[in-house]
Amino acid sequence: MTNEKNYMHKSWWKLIAVVLLTYTVIAGFLGPVPHLPLLQETIRNLYFHVCMWFAMMILFTVSVVNSIRYLRTFNLKYDIYARQFAVVAIVFGILGYITGAIWASYTWADPNKPAANSFSTIARDPKLIGAAIALLVYFAYLILRDSVQDMDKKARISAVYNIFAYAILFPSIWILPRILPSLHPGNDGENPALDVKNDIDSGMRTVFYPAVIGWTLLGVWIATLKIRFSLLKEKKMSA
Amino acid sequence: MKIIRQLFLLLPALLFSLLTLAQSKPVEMADTMRSNGRIYVVVAVALTIMAGLILYVFRLDRKISRLEKESN
Repeated sequence: MTNEKNYMHKSWWKLIAVVLLTYTVIAGFLGPVPHLPLLQETIRNLYFHVCMWFAMMILFTVSVVNSIRYLRTFNLKYDIYARQFAVVAIVFGILGYITGAIWASYTWADPNKPAANSFSTIARDPKLIGAAIALLVYFAYLILRDSVQDMDKKARISAVYNIFAYAILFPSIWILPRILPSLHPGNDGENPALDVKNDIDSGMRTVFYPAVIGWTLLGVWIATLKIRFSLLKEKKMSA
Repeated sequence: MKIIRQLFLLLPALLFSLLTLAQSKPVEMADTMRSNGRIYVVVAVALTIMAGLILYVFRLDRKISRLEKESN
């Protein structure tokens, strides 16, 4: 494991992340949005809550690609890549879940019923359960990793598991919620996040897509810092 | 550097395209907040948090770079 200079040490994409996130915050709060009943100003959460999930999916994809690279080369470097990208993706997933819970409690809760009743309805929502399954599968990935002592065995088992986890991720957050009735936008095969017909207008896309790229790049930045730190630690231990 | 300059040019263009989009429907929005300008306070707070977090990540980056230099 060497400390060769690569994209992790370049600064241009970090600058893009900062510019895009600044743009997201400014245009996200001040830009025009469709006036929809019930959603009202909370529609702006599209630039934050939905982006967490997009960033999570992209980072999990990077993680699984590195797991496959590990299995092809048996270079432990790729195992470190896969692990750290997965950890950051899990953080984004948890943030997406929490922000979704806040959003739902203001838009889905029935004001005419006791709060507990609304909670039981919301908690049964298939989209939430699907996302919870996906996250729990990835929690198990971390637990599995840490329960194996031998370095090579750990890397190999967790790389294989990561591929399985990735295979369950998309059915549980893309397919399953689309075929079941849900409070979340996107029933009957509609897009859960970008339903142009009913929810968002094309103007919101001019903020949404830069926001997705910005948040993802921030996640990549944090992941690369963790990778660089792990590689340093590894180097120190083997020296 | 060319990419960065192009990005900075793109930004005002994107902002302008947002401002030109019109809308009118009687759904209650945070209009009071916008009419007296208080929404900018929220933007300022959010930007400060953003800047603080990015500064933190940036400093971590610098520290790790220094460690890498020492270990080589």
